[in-house]
Amino acid sequence: MPAPETVLTVRNLTVRFARSKIHAVDGVSFDLGTERLGIVGESGSGKSTLGRAIMRLLPSAAKVEADQLDFDGAPLLTRSEREMRSLRGNRMSLIMQDPRYSLNPVLTVGKQVAEAALLHQKIGKKEAYAKAAEMLARVRISDVERVMELYPHQISGGMGQRVMIAMMLLAKPRLVVADEPTSALDVSVRGDVLELLDELVRENNSGLMLISHDIRMVAAFCQRILVMYKGRVVETLTRLEDAQHPYTRGLIAAMPDPRKPVRRLQVLDRPAIDALEPRP
Amino acid sequence: MIEVSNLSVSFGSGERRKQVVKGVSFQVAKGETLGIVGESGCGKSTVLRSLAGLDRHWEGEIRLNGQPVERVRSREHLTLAQMVFQDPYGSIHPRHRIERVLAEPARAMKTGEGWDRVAPALEQVGLPAAFAERFPHELSGGQRQRVAIARALMLEPEVLLLDEPTSALDVSVQAEVLNLLADLREERGLTYVLVSHDLAVIAHMCDRVLVMKDGLFVDELDKSDLARGETHHAYSKQLFEASYL
Repeated sequence: MPAPETVLTVRNLTVRFARSKIHAVDGVSFDLGTERLGIVGESGSGKSTLGRAIMRLLPSAAKVEADQLDFDGAPLLTRSEREMRSLRGNRMSLIMQDPRYSLNPVLTVGKQVAEAALLHQKIGKKEAYAKAAEMLARVRISDVERVMELYPHQISGGMGQRVMIAMMLLAKPRLVVADEPTSALDVSVRGDVLELLDELVRENNSGLMLISHDIRMVAAFCQRILVMYKGRVVETLTRLEDAQHPYTRGLIAAMPDPRKPVRRLQVLDRPAIDALEPRP
Repeated sequence: MIEVSNLSVSFGSGERRKQVVKGVSFQVAKGETLGIVGESGCGKSTVLRSLAGLDRHWEGEIRLNGQPVERVRSREHLTLAQMVFQDPYGSIHPRHRIERVLAEPARAMKTGEGWDRVAPALEQVGLPAAFAERFPHELSGGQRQRVAIARALMLEPEVLLLDEPTSALDVSVQAEVLNLLADLREERGLTYVLVSHDLAVIAHMCDRVLVMKDGLFVDELDKSDLARGETHHAYSKQLFEASYL
């Protein structure tokens, strides 16, 4: 499916750690337009490593190689760390899993969000605060004045994730990588957070990579899904019903569904999957 | 098996006293699985901790197996109900080998050394007996949760109290752990109380579900209600809808 405008081009991306022979990400290729792309897999399937490799956030022990890794038409892998720093949080941002760990615990919410504006836009402190307040109101935080004075431990998880989204989308990035943005949240606030993310991404005309292990949620939210197993993309889907690969089917069947009660849940038939996906 | 009447729990004192559980009553029959569902902070885990004897400032009455239990439990009463916690990374001592983790309950309750029961306990939750030699960090999340279940079963309790037992796990591993819990329930005739914010997990496991909000039960759903998506309260309807995006 050719996207109208390509945000990211990935060809044969491979990640290895230190001297390990195992490829954490193994020959992954895809294009990301101004769309919502889901990356699905179990723990250890390489989905987060893929997201971090694109953000160039992996530790130096990781060897990242690719035939092509272009962001906004320019190669990413040859950029210096300094150039990357001006890109991250500005043209590309990462929304992480747990706001309790990924927000700075000793800065107030207002200061953290304003920092994102100060760093990447040529504006003064006062203006940055005004921008932060505007953005926080945008993510539907009521009582912005009060919340800006609070520290991250004083706000709820759902609110923390909104603050994260405000901080990350303030600069209207081209690429948003959301790594399990809702898995630390209650089911009841999950929908709100996703809706908000969707709204802002559409508004900014950005490309979104949503990384999650919850295949049903991803399917409901994304236009296209890449299913990863042991570092490889085993299947690309637009609808869950089209799933062919036993791994994808296994992931779908493993989720309990009260509308279709079963006595035992289906578990992954790993030997069968491994037979289909031989690894050196 | 479990009878709770007018259970209240408050934290803090004076001006800052906050009632978290506001006088709830419920019963669980032997062999039944009761689910409690609700958002963070609704008091569902506090109910479970009171049942387990971990929180000691509850008011009201709790009867386990027909006997009323005190706030400070006797050993006998403690062995009736055992708990499995949410986070397998946090609930197992990081510097103890698995064998020591599993022998601990027997030694704490002075029912012997417990070492000889480690191997069968591991096998019963589908882990090789050789895992006894390992440390928790050498196990995956799902394996660790199996160890936590094995530990809870060491004292052969009649009741297992499960506090979000799979919310830290992947869906594929969650399925394995839920199947294990279902098998154990069948083999040993266990009674479960399962607390979760995930209605799909609750609906799969439970015969009956209580919906909790702000310290009170607002709705009760049985299996057929769940299958048809039928609710009797606006809040449970909201929860239901949020579970299916």
